[in-house]
Formats: sequence, C-alpha cells, structure tokens
Amino acid sequence: MAEELKVIVFALGQEEYGIEVDKVRTIERMMPITRVPKTPAFVKGVINLRGIVIPVIDLRGRFGLEETAESDNSRIIIVAVNELEVGFIVDSANDVIDIMDDTIDVPPEVVGGIKAKYLSGVAKIGDNRLLILLNLSEVLNRSEIIQLEQFGE
Amino acid sequence: MEMNQYLSIFIDEAGEHLQSLNENMLKLEQAPEDIGIVQVIFRSAHTLKGMSATMGFEDLASLTHDMENVLDLVRNEKLKMNSTIFDTIFQCLDSLEGMVQDVVNGGTGKADVSALVEQLKAIVRGEAPGSSAAASASASDKPMVATEMLLDQYQLSVLEQSIDSGLSVFHVEVFIRDDCVLKAVRAYMVFDLLEKNGEVVKSHPSVQDIEQDKFEKSFSVYYISRISQEELTASILKVSEIESVTVLPVDRSVLEELDQSKEATSQQSFQAVRETAAGAAATAPSGAEAAKPAAKAADAAPRTAAAGGAAASGRTIRVDIERLDTLMNLFSELLIDRARLEQLASEVRRGDLTETVEHMARVSSDLQNIVLKLRMVPVESVFNRFPRMVRDLAKSLDKKLDLVITGAETELDRTVIDEIGDPLVHLIRNSVDHGVEQPAARAAAGKSETGTVQLRAFHSGNHVFIEIEDDGGGINRPKVTEIAIKRGVITQEEAKKLSDDELNMLIFAPGFSTADKISDISGRGVGLDVVKSKIESLGGSVSVTSELGKGSRFTIQLPLTLSIISAMLIKLGSEKFAIPLSSIVETAAIRRDEIRDLQGNKVIQYRNSVIPVVSLAEVLNSPDYREDGEAETETVIIRKGDKMAAVLVDEFITQGEVVLKTLGNYLGNQKLISGATILGDGQVALIVDPNSLIK
Repeated sequence: MAEELKVIVFALGQEEYGIEVDKVRTIERMMPITRVPKTPAFVKGVINLRGIVIPVIDLRGRFGLEETAESDNSRIIIVAVNELEVGFIVDSANDVIDIMDDTIDVPPEVVGGIKAKYLSGVAKIGDNRLLILLNLSEVLNRSEIIQLEQFGE
Repeated sequence: MEMNQYLSIFIDEAGEHLQSLNENMLKLEQAPEDIGIVQVIFRSAHTLKGMSATMGFEDLASLTHDMENVLDLVRNEKLKMNSTIFDTIFQCLDSLEGMVQDVVNGGTGKADVSALVEQLKAIVRGEAPGSSAAASASASDKPMVATEMLLDQYQLSVLEQSIDSGLSVFHVEVFIRDDCVLKAVRAYMVFDLLEKNGEVVKSHPSVQDIEQDKFEKSFSVYYISRISQEELTASILKVSEIESVTVLPVDRSVLEELDQSKEATSQQSFQAVRETAAGAAATAPSGAEAAKPAAKAADAAPRTAAAGGAAASGRTIRVDIERLDTLMNLFSELLIDRARLEQLASEVRRGDLTETVEHMARVSSDLQNIVLKLRMVPVESVFNRFPRMVRDLAKSLDKKLDLVITGAETELDRTVIDEIGDPLVHLIRNSVDHGVEQPAARAAAGKSETGTVQLRAFHSGNHVFIEIEDDGGGINRPKVTEIAIKRGVITQEEAKKLSDDELNMLIFAPGFSTADKISDISGRGVGLDVVKSKIESLGGSVSVTSELGKGSRFTIQLPLTLSIISAMLIKLGSEKFAIPLSSIVETAAIRRDEIRDLQGNKVIQYRNSVIPVVSLAEVLNSPDYREDGEAETETVIIRKGDKMAAVLVDEFITQGEVVLKTLGNYLGNQKLISGATILGDGQVALIVDPNSLIK
C-alpha cells in the first residue's frame, strides 16, 4: 500500500528539492547572519531565531554548486534532525505537496551535480516534474565538517 | 504506562523524603531522647511507604514498612534508640536510596531487602541488645496478644474474611520438647502439615527465623484451617518430639480485640502528636510576647522550628529547567523588541509614547532580574548530603569529626549546582581522610580529639566562594615536594623556585597522591587533578592554603552563573565580538612604533615584562579590518594563568552583562569561539575565548 508523504518543496537553481515536512521547523526570510570564523565556506554563520542561536549553511555551497547572491525569494529553512538544528539557505521555498511513496525512485548517480549519497530518492510529480528528496542526516553529517575543518588548518 | 507521568514527581519527592530522613536521623543521633524528631522521621517514612506502594515499588514499600514499625515503637517509647538501631536504619536509608536511584535510571527499584527487613523485625521483637527491656515491658500488660503478634490491617482483613466465609481460624502455639536436637526440622514438619490443611497467615518468630533455628522452644501462628480443632491438635501431636500444642479458636470478637489493641497503640501516638503540636502552639505566642527564655519555651523551640521549616518548603513549585530556558529565550526576544521600541519612540517624539516605553523598560529590567534569579538554587541542595557522608566516613575511619556548614543559603546557578557536587565530595573526603588525624594523634598534638571540617559558602562580588577547612595535620610540603619530584611532576631545580602556595598546588597535579596507604576513601592518585579540571571547566578556580599541624583550607571560586557573563564588546570593522571580562586585565591604546619584532613574533613592553601581541582581526580573518594602517591601536590586555597577551582590536563599544548561548550542536566546539550572545539590536555577537589566544 503506497503511503502519502508531505514534503516542503524548495529550489536550488533549476532543480526542485523536497524535505519531509516533519523535519522542518520553520521557513524564514533572509535575516542578518553573523559570520563564524574558521568554519567551512558553506557555513554562512549563525542567526538569532527568536532567542536561539542557530547555524546556517548555504545548500548550494554544501553540494558544491556555484553560490549566488541572495534575492527577495531566498529563504532559510530551519530543519531539525538528530538533535541538530540547522538553517538551509535556498533560492526559494514556496510549496507543500503530497507525494506517494511508490513514485519515489532510487536516485541516479549524479543529479543536478549533487552526489547520490546526499539524496534519498527522486519522485515524479505529474508528467515532467521531478522532485529530488534530500537525505538530511547525510547532508548534516558532522564528520565531513570535522574533516574540512582539519583541512583548513 | 500511565504511572509514568507521576514517576518524576515520585523520584523528586522520594529524594526529598530520604534527605529529610537522613537529616533527622542525624539530629536524632545527637538527641536520642527527642520524640519530636522521631515523629518527623515517622511521618516521612510513612509518606514514602505510601508513595512507593502506590507506584508499585514493593521492595521500597516493604522496607519502609518495617522501618516504620521500629519507629512506631520508638515514638511510643516502647523502644529506646541505640547504636544498633541507628546503624540498621541508616543502612535501610542507603538501601532505599539505592532503589530510588535504580528507579531514576529506569530500573524497577527492586533490591534484596530481606536481610534488612529481618534486622528490623528482630529489633521490633526486641532481640537487639539493650532494647528488650522496653519491648517486653509493654508486651507484658497484654497477656494473650503479645506486641509481636500484632496483625497488620491486611492480615486482619484476611482473617475476617475467612471467618465470614465459614472457615475456622486458630491461634496455634506449639511447644517442642527441650531435648529436641533438630528444632527447625520439627518446626518445618509442623509447618508442612499446616500448609497441607490450610494457610498460615502470620507466624512468630517469622518463618525464616524458624527455618534458621532462631527460636526458643515454642512458636505460634495464626492459621486458617480446613479441618476441625480436634483434628488439627491430633495431627500436630503426631509429629515426634512435640511436647504440647494449644489451639485456640479465633472468632470475630477476638479479631476486634486484636484490632483495638492495635488501635490503642496508634491512638496513643496520635495523642502524642497532638500534645506536641499543642505544646508548640502554646509556647510560641508566649515566647514572642514575653521574650523571656523560660526553660519550657526553650524545650519546645526546636519543635516549633521544625514546623516552620515544613511550612517554608511547601511554598515552592517544581519547574522543568527547560521551561526556564524557554522563558529566558522569550525574555531576550522581548528585550530586543524593547530596544526597537525605544528607538522608534525617540524618532516619533510623542510624550505619552516615550513615557509608556520608559515604563516598559523599567518593568522589563525588574523582570530580567527575576528571570535570572529563577535559575538560582541554594547550595544547600548539594551541601545537605554531606553531614551523612562525613558521619559514615568518620565511623569507617575511627575518627571523631564535626562538620560545620555555614552559608548553605548562598545561591548558585542551577547548572553549576548540578556539576559542583562531585568535586566537593572529593575535597571533603580528602579532608576527612588525609587532613584530620586519628583521635590519639590529635590528643598527642594537644588538639581536641574531635576534628572539625568547616564547609562554607559565601558571595563576594560576581563570584561565589566555597571553602573546605579542616583543623588537621596540614600539607607536609617537604613530603609533597619529594613525591612530586619522584613522580616527575617537577624537577629538583623547579622545586627550589616554588613558593609555599605553589608547592601546595602540586597536590592538584595529575597522578599525584601523598597518602602512604591506599584507602577506599581517597588516595588512588586520581582525584584532585580531576577536581581541579572540573572546577575550571565551570569557569572557576581552586586554591589551597595550609599550615603544618594546624590544618588546610581549600577555596573554590565559582562564577555566579554560567548563563550570564560580564563581557567587553568590541568591534572589528563591521563585526562585533565579546571578550569575557574575567580574562581582561586592562584596556589600553598602544602606538604602532611600540610593537617590536622579536624573531618574527610581535611583542610589546608591558609593565616590566615583554608580552606577545595578537591581532584579533588576523586571527579571526576579519573581512574588512586590519590595524596595520593605524598609528595607535586600541588594545585589550588579557591573562591566562600567569601568561599575558596584548590583543589588538578596532574599537571598544561597551561592557556589560551578556546572555551566553551555544552555537548549536552542528558547529560543535570551536577553538576560538566559546559561544554567542544576542545584542540589543537582535544580532548575534560571538564570544571570543581569550584562552585560545594565548599559547
């Protein structure tokens, strides 16, 4: 029996991505970000989310895509996974949709320049719309940051 | 399970009752005649029993139940406290604590308490030395129903129901022949027979005691029988070596009598409670009016005080610490909005708006004080376990000790309180074990046999101090030096240069222990260095002063709170950073030409010493500021231990209290940044860790 999955849809460049709705705390407009020195380039810094300090990363930078200047559509999606709370900077976030889990396929090796290990699947919506689902625990894998930090020294 | 929601309440309250039991037992040990204290202990034990039974922790309940039986005899003056009873009850408390701890850790709170239960039962039966006289005296005036054969409510109701349903109930007393060699075997045969034909409700002595041969020549049971009185008598007599047996039928009237005799005992105790209360009530007003310390008023005073204490503890509520954190976060949000409103009001320039905003500012700063105070807890919650610990330590070491606690009301942040317990335990154990000498040695040194350990807490400035002082032997500095050199902590040459205080601090070095013998209390060579690093991780420091033959004093200095620190806000171009004030020696402006180059390292002359210069902008990779072009640069002189450094910054903004926040789990521990804070304009400013700037 196929089950329904509610996902938040956001865009990075031409591609559309999805994160399960229960992992998203809020979606915020861009706000001032305080730089944290000696962190990987994709870590943009920390923000004050109603009294709580939360790190923010640029998803483009995280996936090795070219970083672009922020626009009016840019959003910060605050996700909470494995006791980590992190904000993702995305080009835009404007939809919540239901997808059936039997429409999700195993991701091909490289989608939109993103390594397959960061993805949990690709869902087909309608005839020509593809939604890339993120594997959040891999995206937020701390061991990779630690490696990058050591590399920077 | 739906009980889960009550579990945390149970754990908290059980902890409190155990604490109060411990405290009052210690008080009682000082004044064994004070029945008032026994009453308090009894009530605590009773409540604990009820709670445990409700939550289904049967072992907890059964142990407290038997403790209660002992205490009941004591408060009715049928039993006098003696050291055996004290030790047994203290053991029970330990066992109870263990069980509660098990529950805390998600266990079932089960433990084998049968040994302790037996000990308690033995005390109730009056078998403990020194208590038999009182117990038997009370038993003698009720001929048939001996105190020890009193049935509890449950057993009574079982018997009642059996009678109602037509079964016969007997009180059977069996006498075994004097020349019988294996009494226990005969008794076992009788029990076997009884079990076949009915049910034994209560036996005296207990079945275990009988099995272990712990009885004289007779035993008695309450028995629900399926066979008649004659049959029962005959069948018991068939067992060899039985001298005689008396079988008395028990009917409702006998049961009522039994119940009443129990009632009478509790009635008596109620009477006692009422009298105590009345006495206290009567003396309190008269004492206040007359203020003449009459002998009677003085006698009643401790009881009145105890009653007052109980009332005070009732005026608090429990709040989850997370809720307080949420409150704190919401409040800092409010502060940010306040700053914005103030900004707007100054732009709009309307009298009543400005007034309202000003009023709001005043209210919110009061609110801030209260919110911060909510996190403060008296150190009492840590200190109150020490009297018991010192008592046990002193007993096991054969030392005589007084623990004097002062300043237990001093308040500390909850997070510090949670962490400070273990280091304190270690230091106190250290003082008791290594500091205070054996009574004989003390007498020889011309000191009183009883050693004193003082535990003090007090406020001073932005810090709380906790001192542990003993009047023992003090630190033997030559010996410390010798060991330190032997263990490779320092070299001979270094040792010569050290001051007395520095030599004392050697005992905090890793892998150091001066104890000649290894005891299980302290002295494994791990410990004091752990204490030191723990205290330092809390942002505090520890030091020791000592005089040989007179004693030592350990002083712990702790920050008032971990969530708020005093900091200097500085600017580097467009970015703002905070530097904790505790590390700042002073601020200065230094000229570019004062900075010299010493083998590639920049240094300046600072008060007769040469200290390194650190460019904060360079260390933090500031995107839009470098001090290179300036003729004169603002500088913060920081200190870490005895090392100092001059940190170049762009501009000082202000100094003040900032709320400390973590950067979140994702970024983990940063080397240069110890945390973040939220400024009045809602922006996040990072807090620089000055220790990382000094190599």
